[in-house]
Amino acid sequence: MTGLLYALASLGLFALCAGIVLAIAQKIFHIEGDPMIDNIDNLLPQTQCGQCGYPGCKPYATAVASGEADVNHCVPGGERTMLQIADLMGVEAKDVEEEASAPMLAFVREDECIGCTLCIKACPVDAIIGAPKQYHTVIVDHCTGCTLCVEPCPVDCIDMLVKPELIEHWAWPLPDTKRSQLGHERREQHAGHA
Amino acid sequence: MPAMLRTLAQKMGLIAHSFSGGIHPEMHKLSDDKAIETVKLASMLILPMKQHIGTPCSALVSVGDHVLRGQKIAKSEGYLSVPVHASTSGRVLKIEESPIAHPSGMGMPSVFIEADGDDQSDHSLAAIPDWQNTDPTLLRERARMCGLAGLGGAAFPTFIKLVQDKRFPIETVILNGIECEPYLTNDHRLMVEKASEILDGMAIIMHMVGTTSGIIAIEDNKADAATAMRDALSSKEGMDDVQVHVLPTRYPQGSEKQLIYSLTGHEVPAGKLPMHIGVLCQNVGTCKALHDAVILGQPLTERIVTLSGDALPQPANLNVRLGTPIRSLFERQGLVDFNGIQIVHGGPMMGERLRHPDIPVIKSTSGILALGQQAIAAAHSAEDPCIRCGHCSEVCPASLVPNLLADFCRSDQTEKAESYQLFDCIECGCCSYVCPSNIPLVHYFRYGKGQVSMQRREQSFAEASRHRSEGRDVRLQRELDEKAARRSRVRRTHAPKAEATPDSVTAAPAAATTADKTASSAEKTVAVDQTSPEEKK
Repeated sequence: MTGLLYALASLGLFALCAGIVLAIAQKIFHIEGDPMIDNIDNLLPQTQCGQCGYPGCKPYATAVASGEADVNHCVPGGERTMLQIADLMGVEAKDVEEEASAPMLAFVREDECIGCTLCIKACPVDAIIGAPKQYHTVIVDHCTGCTLCVEPCPVDCIDMLVKPELIEHWAWPLPDTKRSQLGHERREQHAGHA
Repeated sequence: MPAMLRTLAQKMGLIAHSFSGGIHPEMHKLSDDKAIETVKLASMLILPMKQHIGTPCSALVSVGDHVLRGQKIAKSEGYLSVPVHASTSGRVLKIEESPIAHPSGMGMPSVFIEADGDDQSDHSLAAIPDWQNTDPTLLRERARMCGLAGLGGAAFPTFIKLVQDKRFPIETVILNGIECEPYLTNDHRLMVEKASEILDGMAIIMHMVGTTSGIIAIEDNKADAATAMRDALSSKEGMDDVQVHVLPTRYPQGSEKQLIYSLTGHEVPAGKLPMHIGVLCQNVGTCKALHDAVILGQPLTERIVTLSGDALPQPANLNVRLGTPIRSLFERQGLVDFNGIQIVHGGPMMGERLRHPDIPVIKSTSGILALGQQAIAAAHSAEDPCIRCGHCSEVCPASLVPNLLADFCRSDQTEKAESYQLFDCIECGCCSYVCPSNIPLVHYFRYGKGQVSMQRREQSFAEASRHRSEGRDVRLQRELDEKAARRSRVRRTHAPKAEATPDSVTAAPAAATTADKTASSAEKTVAVDQTSPEEKK
């Protein structure tokens, strides 16, 4: 009988100690928010374009992390981003519905601009400068090409132009040997069905 | 195994140091006995706004301007950049995009100068014959102002290297006269003909970095150059600590890190510069240009170019003004029909294939080759599977594993490729040269490097966008909060009115008017709504 009591007491004591350690550990290693959201947000291209149906990259990351949205809605990120997110979430890869267009830049035709500041308010990355009744212009180095400024413009003076290819940003293509193309395609297929 | 034995013997000091790997390609030095000829001035010179590694320049002249030889026509933007000078006198005809020697085939804004034939020089830069007693920082500024960039082929701005850093004092200056690429002989001829000027340039460099010891490195297939340099050296004062080293011919010995190892036995660590181990390496052509810039006060407007190749009737070494169209040089050497001929800018191992001969000579043009199709390793379109023979690893001078690296690059496993030190690859082409399966290994590495830098660029852009977007959210939230705070302040001011104490009645309109002045229209209506019952009373 005393043996049983000893056993129960020692087990109970051990459980108590473990409980205290866990409680302290939870306080020390507490993480604010869901780390998955930030991890997904880091993979997204940050164009803040809203093509996924959410008002920016972070809201989409939140939706994906909670399982509310699919991984394949980021159009500018394309297949690469989709695969990375699917990999991170451990879910099935899905095809991205829309093909991403070539990188674009917004351009304000200044002689038609009336200085209404509506595009400035619409720009998610503050890449348009100007003041009321002054010409507005786009800072090309910061424009993500999200097209959100086009719609609010009352005089339709914003064009989306294809981003010019810079010689400094040119990258070598794969060699044009049959083997290299074949190997690359196979690898991509493999990754797509993984 | 032989490689291991060799390393062991080197470590024990039994045989001389030598970099690992390397190959012995057929050298084809067709023009090594041809004296340097000066080319007649072309009628039109095309000067691209970027002839060096780094940031492009911006033009200082406009269409119709008259310029003199040596006049600065484009100023450098940023630190890693050197200005561009007009290479003859004449009129600026136009400034527009023009093709340059770049694998993309893309162009670069260029200044077109129509030569007037007088070839007048701009004498605004004073010569510094007394450079021994001149402050090194002044000489460094002179090297930058004269547009000096490494003439060995990489065209790295010279002035950046010529610095005295207390943390990394330079002990040895190495003069690079290796010229290990097949066909090229411009450095060879320059050493034979202008040895004294080259040594003056080297002495200036040694004065600038504050050292007296130097090594002149020459490969043993250029015995006459070594003799000429030794002769010139014996008659120079104050260069007793400088020696001529003749090294056995091997490609790519002329590459900076490999040459330093061959000469000193010290390895430049990955991601570091030669200056971190106390060594400075300069090409012989650059030394000659530094001599001209300091002692004669002449900016860099001409260079020696080797014209060679099995498809060229008369190979030659030419003294060419920068901006001269390559086509006119080929015509001078008897090549007019470019059908079935591959033109290469630089050496055959590391140079760029050109799509057409209508590009100008720039600071990095060490040679221009016209090769028949059979001379090019044309079989590269018939790539076979890797048979794991390991030849590529044996010849790699950077001690990498090219076959694995190529696999990683092809399949876009960039992280893995980086962990296999993709960025230590110097793209010398030894691995592609020996590959029995004709795998274009270097091309894969270039693809991989391009992908990595593209991803890095995208990532930093995304990071910046995120910052801007988050900053905007914070600002919008703050504006909303401020608005709400103002609104509640106005409400609070008017709240006591219901109790109708005499004090608050008098205070209320005053508060309302100040609120009117400061608040936006939305708040104005709130204020008016609240004051109106008071006024009605």
